Amino acid sequence: MKCDLCDKEAVVHLTQVVNGEMKEVHLCEEHAVEQGIDINSPISITDILMGLSGPQKDIANELSLVCPRCGMARDEFRKTGRLGCPDCYKTFMAELTMAIKAMHQSGQHIGKIPAREGVQTRMKSKVARLQKDREAAIAREDFEKAARLRDQIKQCRKEALQNEGGTP
Amino acid sequence: MTLDGLLKKHGGWLESGPEEGAVISSRIRLARNLRDTTFPGWASKEVRNHIWNDVLLAFDGVPDSQTFLRWRMDELSALDRDLLFERHLISRELAERQAGSGVLVNEDECRAVMVNEEDHIRLQSLQPGLNLQKAWDVADELDNALEQNLSYAFSSKLGYLTACPSNVGTGLRASVMLHLPGLCLTEEIKPVINAVSKIGLAVRGLWGEGSEASGHMFQISNQITLGKTETEIIANLEQIVLEVMEHEKNARLRLMSKQEIRVHDHVGRAYGILANAALMATGEALDLLSALRMGIDLGLMPNMARREIDQLFIRIHPAHLQKEAGVVLTPEERDIKRALLIRKFLEKK
Repeated sequence: MKCDLCDKEAVVHLTQVVNGEMKEVHLCEEHAVEQGIDINSPISITDILMGLSGPQKDIANELSLVCPRCGMARDEFRKTGRLGCPDCYKTFMAELTMAIKAMHQSGQHIGKIPAREGVQTRMKSKVARLQKDREAAIAREDFEKAARLRDQIKQCRKEALQNEGGTP
Repeated sequence: MTLDGLLKKHGGWLESGPEEGAVISSRIRLARNLRDTTFPGWASKEVRNHIWNDVLLAFDGVPDSQTFLRWRMDELSALDRDLLFERHLISRELAERQAGSGVLVNEDECRAVMVNEEDHIRLQSLQPGLNLQKAWDVADELDNALEQNLSYAFSSKLGYLTACPSNVGTGLRASVMLHLPGLCLTEEIKPVINAVSKIGLAVRGLWGEGSEASGHMFQISNQITLGKTETEIIANLEQIVLEVMEHEKNARLRLMSKQEIRVHDHVGRAYGILANAALMATGEALDLLSALRMGIDLGLMPNMARREIDQLFIRIHPAHLQKEAGVVLTPEERDIKRALLIRKFLEKK
């Protein structure tokens, strides 16, 4: 198998799924190093999504972006695929949103919530879960259930608003 | 109990469990991080030490915290760290970390909490056989107890925030360890791995990679951690595991109906080598023990129990052999010890 970028033999073979489409990348040692792939270390899905898929030149001017809390720089994060602190999620939100959607096919948590989180968080999560159920009901043409879920969502939002007004 | 005390017994997750033929164990792992605190990989030594102390303090809130043993990685020898790794109590990554990194393990080894691995906290709950629900209940309870004294990094949109975005949301990795010799012998394992991979689950060899996995042991786990509830993730994994088990059962039935003599030969030869060899490398031992284990499932080894083989699977690894011998051994000395350990086991049968 030849390298995608030259005529040399490819030593790195990657398969990535971007927006549901499978794409294969074959690189020779030289070009793999140039793309920032360490042949000796395992490659995580994050590395692939963050490193290879983005139009690197367009965002080069953002390389200087640094998390104000922990000091992690954008290029550092791209290199390791690991964030520096919880606040990095806000700092690098623009590119993370895309990568997270590609990895998880979702951008909204509907699982467990720490007991310490407030009523608002619980309500938001409940609405997200109901919405997901409603979409599923519509997909299988169970419109009666979808309508019931829509009413429940409305009720939840109303309660959330009331709570918001009630808290100082 | 000291670390050496672990050698005298086996983990509680190797007790009898549901579907223990094809399924060795079920595992739940939860990734948690402390609010407003740098992740371990980017934190200074001081911060990591603080995190270790904070988690230890919070651990007093766990009802049976006294039954947990605790070890810091920088206080353990390389051999001791390997021992914990071979017992599935810590990851390779934790074993290689130093300041502030450590693990808390309860006595039956069914619960472990890694501190300062990739995330501040990695809770693990192991159960024998196919029992993800029980493993989840235990992990959830431990998580709730810890949370009483710790503030977790959490966002209403992205859930539990983790060092790697691939774990964000529930922070849940559910996995099942399976023994699939039937699918390996019939060479049907590759399509099964491919099919499972395509539906968002990961399959990997427990020892070795892909379809070349030593000992025919595989781990199936979820990849997606966000946008599904914990219950959905677990139910989805369990359903696929049941399907893989069905394929394994059918593969064995086919083997026994069409190639029974070959199956007998395969198991008998494995027994012959294990009972007589004087030198035995880890990979070879895993493959031969796998054949014995299948022999037990098929009723060809009436005097042996599956769980005895499962315990040997762990005891033949290098750190276990060396800890039991009490000295550091060269690879050849280990091969001799390993062969002897297995021969002694078979002599008693």
